[in-house]
Amino acid sequence: MSVQFKSITELRAMLDNKLISAPELTQESFQLAKKYKELNCFVTMNEELGTKNANTVDLNNKNASTLAGIPLAQKDLFCTEGLRTTCSSKILANFIPPYTATAVKKLEDAGSITIGKTNMDEFAMGSSNETSYFGNVHNPWKKGYVPGGSSGGSAAAVSAGIVPAATGTDTGGSIRQPAAHCGITGLKPTYGRISRWGMIAFASSLDQAGPLARTAEDCAILLNAMSGHDSKDTTSLSSNVPDFLENINQPLDGLKIGIIKEFDLSDLDSEVQARFEDSKKIYEKLGAHFVEVSLPNISASVPTYYSIAPAECSSNLSRFDGVRFGYRAEDIDDLNDLYIKSRSEGFGDEVKRRILIGTYALSTGYYDAYYKKAQQVRRLIKNDFDNIFQSVDILMTPTSPNTAFKFDSKGMQNPVELYLEDLFTISSNLAGLPAISIPHGQVNSLPVGLQLIGNFLREDQLLNASHIFQQNSDFHLAQPSLEGF
Amino acid sequence: MIWETVIGLETHVQLSTKTKLFSRASTAFGASPNTNVNLIDCGLPGVLPSVNKEAFYKAIRFGLAIDAKINQTSIFDRKNYFYADLPKGYQITQMDLPIVLGGSIEILLDDSAKTINITRAHLEEDAGKSIHDEYEGFSAIDLNRAGTPLLEIVSEPEISSAKEAVAYMKAMHQLVTYLDVSDGNMAQGSLRCDANVSIRKKGDTELGTRTEIKNINSFKFIEKAINFEIKRQIKILENGEKVTQETRLYDSSKDETRPMRSKEFANDYRYFPEPDLLPVIISDQEIQKIRDEFPELPKEKEARYQGELGLSEYDSQIISSSKSMADFFDAAAKKTKNYSLLSNWLIGEISAYLNKEQIDIHASTLTADKVAMLINRIDDQTISGKIGKSIFEEMCVSGSTPDEIIESKGLKQISDDGAIEEIIMTVINENPSQVEAYLSGKDKLFGFFVGQVMKLTEGKANPKAVNSILKDKLK
Repeated sequence: MSVQFKSITELRAMLDNKLISAPELTQESFQLAKKYKELNCFVTMNEELGTKNANTVDLNNKNASTLAGIPLAQKDLFCTEGLRTTCSSKILANFIPPYTATAVKKLEDAGSITIGKTNMDEFAMGSSNETSYFGNVHNPWKKGYVPGGSSGGSAAAVSAGIVPAATGTDTGGSIRQPAAHCGITGLKPTYGRISRWGMIAFASSLDQAGPLARTAEDCAILLNAMSGHDSKDTTSLSSNVPDFLENINQPLDGLKIGIIKEFDLSDLDSEVQARFEDSKKIYEKLGAHFVEVSLPNISASVPTYYSIAPAECSSNLSRFDGVRFGYRAEDIDDLNDLYIKSRSEGFGDEVKRRILIGTYALSTGYYDAYYKKAQQVRRLIKNDFDNIFQSVDILMTPTSPNTAFKFDSKGMQNPVELYLEDLFTISSNLAGLPAISIPHGQVNSLPVGLQLIGNFLREDQLLNASHIFQQNSDFHLAQPSLEGF
Repeated sequence: MIWETVIGLETHVQLSTKTKLFSRASTAFGASPNTNVNLIDCGLPGVLPSVNKEAFYKAIRFGLAIDAKINQTSIFDRKNYFYADLPKGYQITQMDLPIVLGGSIEILLDDSAKTINITRAHLEEDAGKSIHDEYEGFSAIDLNRAGTPLLEIVSEPEISSAKEAVAYMKAMHQLVTYLDVSDGNMAQGSLRCDANVSIRKKGDTELGTRTEIKNINSFKFIEKAINFEIKRQIKILENGEKVTQETRLYDSSKDETRPMRSKEFANDYRYFPEPDLLPVIISDQEIQKIRDEFPELPKEKEARYQGELGLSEYDSQIISSSKSMADFFDAAAKKTKNYSLLSNWLIGEISAYLNKEQIDIHASTLTADKVAMLINRIDDQTISGKIGKSIFEEMCVSGSTPDEIIESKGLKQISDDGAIEEIIMTVINENPSQVEAYLSGKDKLFGFFVGQVMKLTEGKANPKAVNSILKDKLK
């Protein structure tokens, strides 16, 4: 029986009913990864340890978790002990961490099997997965098209049905945008919900780990396992973690959904607009009603983000200096030369561009005008959200202004064009709020995503609204033909 | 022209916490290279810092002692620069909201005291160590020190001479050791300073251009480095030239300061708030607890020694001036009642011995118990003070207790009048001519008889008893 395109819930039932064993399931997953090698979803496979773990996982234990024996893929910026972790960068191409990220450890402790590390934009900087040192990832829906980024490999692996779910990280939309472009569900939780320990930092105040899966229900299963305070990450929240599966079936009667006035959708492709209107109708049928709301400062999100994120990145990436680990240039004259050559040769263009922008934004004489100002605007944006959530339960936007695009078509000449990909997703990172992208149809045979943004710590509402939507529609069941792979 | 010197000091105090400021690796000094290092200290990808609250408590204790304002919300910032022994490429420090603001320290000059105001004190992590001369063609990095908590204490530019700077550092040393904030070990770098030195015409209100002498780690070098720098700057000014604002290093082998190569320090540190750490909030209760557990400070000890223990002003001052001496005295004073004899011994024999051996009292074979026992044996006349000195020497060498030495060497004092009288009669009978001379008025011969008695008893006869019985017998 094929396991391709099966959800966690379905695979759980197959395992529990002994239709398949955990080792068989894992081997199926490895086989699928091999079959679709050309997608280039994976940077490193975890065959040896993954097989071993699948052989030893105990499914008969009464307390065995929902995830026991379920194969998963991890974005290649989560450190995994003994398993190469590259951030899709030349500078870490041979880096084998001595420890495992908390988020991954929790998933593995729940019995899931890591089958490999997924391709991504280098250091999570990009929206198309084209900045990876290990090459482009194809969108399973159309060869030669991007899967989105930065968690492009994870999104493509789930979309192609190789694994039922994968981890991603989202700094400005890096879970939601690729989920939208690949036709799957992706959740960015509240900032601090999941520990960042072992997640290689891009922009510390914005980075957040989260799940990509075929359904909102599966996202809830992963979120249950990944969440919680971690003494090793003092910015992780100590708030109580609810059971995210428990209230997933609540009726949506009376749900108040806000539509953000400042996002002018009339500029978008008419088909993208049409999908959005269709989904509104579905929600209305389910008992929700819509109100237009204003977030006066939200239009400043992109410039605010592109001051703060590069500033933090310029500092976070200083440790890649060729001294203790990672790529070190040869033929060096002195320490300065070691830095210059190792970093010039080790980092790709987009990473260098952001380090330069960030260094500039933090420099004496510019700090007040860029970084400090951006932090002030960020506070205003957050206040806007706080105000709005007094009167609505969730906000709804498209996830991305467009569908997946062709390789080399965007951002290569004009990076700013690619930065605008993040228009709808970035503000929830700035405000630290949870947001989810669910598939809601196609435009020109490519998936389109719908974004729901929730109040602080209200992933439960997002998962509930998404699950009910998926119970009453079949967009999430659509499968790519994988033609040509 | 009369010139005036203006000095401000930035003191780096290594806090005596068991673990590092942002990791649980040990801070122990002297471990083999790169053994007190964990994932966080070597700045591996994906690691995050967690604050060691103990470092905050020590910083706050210092702040309360100098009567400063404590910022109950304090934040960390990143100071960005590249160096091989700085693993993350940035140092975590405090810029806008340091833990300690203001306060002052009193320094003692020859015959007066002066108050130096403190601008601020903030917490930061130390860097590792680069070793450039041990491996041909390579530099080596030791990260044991990386992440060790430092309190950087910045003074106002109110110090006017090298001598005052030394007095300030001595006061600082006394304070931080008394507070148990630091071990104050300057040779190991636990207390070191940067000196900002400038010269102006006497009477000028504007400050002259300053230079910063980095990383001075002994009282002697502070004095020499600053004095060299003062002379150098005055010479420049008297030649009508201008002092260049720069960072300099003191080279003790040549007794001079020279500019650091510009590569050795960066100019733009691109400070910004550390996003990996939340603001650290200190509660009123935490501060109250630190107040409640405040250790006794030198001034209070001095007053107690004079008031409760009846020591002289001089003795009280000397003993309380050093924390290790005062701790030893306090421990010994629990086991003996003769405080003034104890203080005499500490200031006299014991200090002389420690000076000669160049060791701290706590590193010697002496313990408070043993010294108190020695004082008690002298006090209860088991032994004489003179025998006490020879026992002390033996104690230092063998580490035995005074009682063991008295026992094994039979040094117990003879205080039995009958026994002493018997010996005295022997001496009188054996020296008839001296007795005759004494009785005819040669009073000085009294000492001769005492000496003979002591000789026969190997110094063990109780001198008081010898005196009184001898006087009686020689009438």
